[in-house]
Amino acid sequence: MKAFTQLDGLVCPIDRANVDTDAIIPKQFLKSIKRSGFGPYLFDEWRYTDHGEPGMDCSKRPLKKDFVLNQSRYKGAQILLARDNFGCGSSREHAPWAIEDYGFQVVIAPSFADIFFGNCYKNGILPIVASAAIVDQLFRECAAQKGYRLRVDLETQTVRNPAGEWFEFDITPHRKHCLLNGLDEIALTLQYADEIRAFEARHKAAQPWLFA
Amino acid sequence: MAGKTLYDKLWESHVVREEADGTCLLYIDRHLMHEVTSPQAFEGMRLAGRKPWRNTSIVANPDHNTPTDHWDEGIKDSISRLQVETLDANIKDFGALVYFPFKHANQGIIHVIGPEQGTTLPGMTVVCGDSHTSTHGAFGALAHGIGTSEVEHVLATQTLVAKRSKRMLIKVEGKLGAGVTAKDIALAIIGRIGTAGGTGHAIEFGGAAIRDLSMEGRMTLCNMAIEGGARAGVVAPDAKTVEYLQGRPYAPKGADWDKAVAYWETLKSDADAVFDTVIELDAARIEPQVTWGTSPEQVLPIGGRVPNPADEADPQKRGGIERALQYMGLAADTPLADIKLDKVFIGSCTNSRIEDLRAAAAVAKGRKKAANVQQVLVVPGSGIVKRQAEAEGLDKVFIAAGFEWREPGCSMCLAMNADRLEPGERCASTSNRNFEGRQGAGGRTHLVSPAMAAAAAIAGHFVDIRKF
Repeated sequence: MKAFTQLDGLVCPIDRANVDTDAIIPKQFLKSIKRSGFGPYLFDEWRYTDHGEPGMDCSKRPLKKDFVLNQSRYKGAQILLARDNFGCGSSREHAPWAIEDYGFQVVIAPSFADIFFGNCYKNGILPIVASAAIVDQLFRECAAQKGYRLRVDLETQTVRNPAGEWFEFDITPHRKHCLLNGLDEIALTLQYADEIRAFEARHKAAQPWLFA
Repeated sequence: MAGKTLYDKLWESHVVREEADGTCLLYIDRHLMHEVTSPQAFEGMRLAGRKPWRNTSIVANPDHNTPTDHWDEGIKDSISRLQVETLDANIKDFGALVYFPFKHANQGIIHVIGPEQGTTLPGMTVVCGDSHTSTHGAFGALAHGIGTSEVEHVLATQTLVAKRSKRMLIKVEGKLGAGVTAKDIALAIIGRIGTAGGTGHAIEFGGAAIRDLSMEGRMTLCNMAIEGGARAGVVAPDAKTVEYLQGRPYAPKGADWDKAVAYWETLKSDADAVFDTVIELDAARIEPQVTWGTSPEQVLPIGGRVPNPADEADPQKRGGIERALQYMGLAADTPLADIKLDKVFIGSCTNSRIEDLRAAAAVAKGRKKAANVQQVLVVPGSGIVKRQAEAEGLDKVFIAAGFEWREPGCSMCLAMNADRLEPGERCASTSNRNFEGRQGAGGRTHLVSPAMAAAAAIAGHFVDIRKF
């Protein structure tokens, strides 16, 4: 996994609550057996006026000009600013794959759906929970200033706006360690293979029917 | 010291190790798989040269991409076919306890076949790269959806890296009225707590109305825990659970059965267990529900009217209602019963079990679908459900009513196969998500129970099943 340490990035706002993973990446793109290439189809139904299908050349597709990703001021954005319950619905990891493939590395919202939140960390994306008041402020500042950027620092767990104001965010030490170092979580877990085997033996003795 | 919740008991009995920050390695007993969220995990295993930790934990079958008609013609969409064939090849290489390939007599929706085969048992941890894995909580199992990276992690290590959730108790006391089902309980709960109400929580469903539900009803309810934001929903096992499981192909047998049942009886929250959140509902006051918007929390009783954004003070919520009404093509204050349908879908991991089909058939019997309803799809959850329904003559009831009787699969719940809504089409659906485009780009979904869906197909618009 790619490591995340810090980022000074352009912010793109998606100003609606309950953005679900069907909206982030519609079902027809889930037929791919690959992990990459989802970026051009991120928010497909909100982004293009035609119906998208896997394999289409998106550079020639007609755009919904009002949608934020299609506005020139947000071109190259790396921080997605969102509202409550971002990433709800389907567990599809294709959603963070699409977000990452597009170029986003950070998503800031007042709350996230649990499965999406966990999936972000597995893909080098940092999901940041900020209070509703802070998120409101960021939305206002982002609307008011073209080229609005935020500085995100994982080591100090801080986000800083252009005026130098900053807020702190929470992350578990385990997730922080994995993200900072870009660790392969499976390799990390397999360090405890003996403990897993010992647990399994006890579990099997107590409930043999689970292993039938 | 306070007693333990059922969730705590399930969690603690699977902790392999715990870090100082509460991050745990949780042992996984059952790993369900389908074709959509597994290929990248198997590919990751291959690239790293890893072998599955315990392939006998795997129960798999394709369901999302498989067609529900003309099985003799195979899977016409070449991208869908490749994904299904990839699962075939991966299971061949990596192994599984149970695998039902496309067209196998027992193939179906993974969340229907797991319980049907007795591979979901009380006290287990059950995961799948699918958010509706919460379904299996109906058996008193700790069951939840995971991402594809976690699918790979479970394949390689038989564990998940996880932190304990908060505990929520949703108590539904009293008796449900006639015509009111588990689906209506689920929708009423989501209407009450919102789609993020259960975020960070595992929900235990308790109370007399939950105990009164059949196992099918409990599966419907737990299935939709995720639509309330909770990854896992759980119901304590009881005599109904034991009766459902006895004799199933992979349920314990002989002395193991007795030992298992004795253990399962301990799987309930202690009387003095403490929950972080408690929500109480009166079953008698729950009415048949219909969603009107593009989120499952946008739901009202059948007697209601489409909300008017002008009545909402919160600008965020007002914007959400306006967007939903625009997408759904609905005018504010329209009575729900006046909404006309183009299509009806009866199926999905929420409502495709035998009890659901019986409820729909009871409504359809001796009647015909309305002329304005172009298509009514009835899609059983598995080959076994299909054969049972046919043995009871339900297929003939549906066909006589002008409904289509299909082969099992996920079908128009998410429209990955050919079953889908066209832009602007309006559908009464027994599935679980009314998100924009869920049943097809531009399609408009209203979530209801199977009986409400069948009644809407007959009437051509929503009707109160209690007066039908």
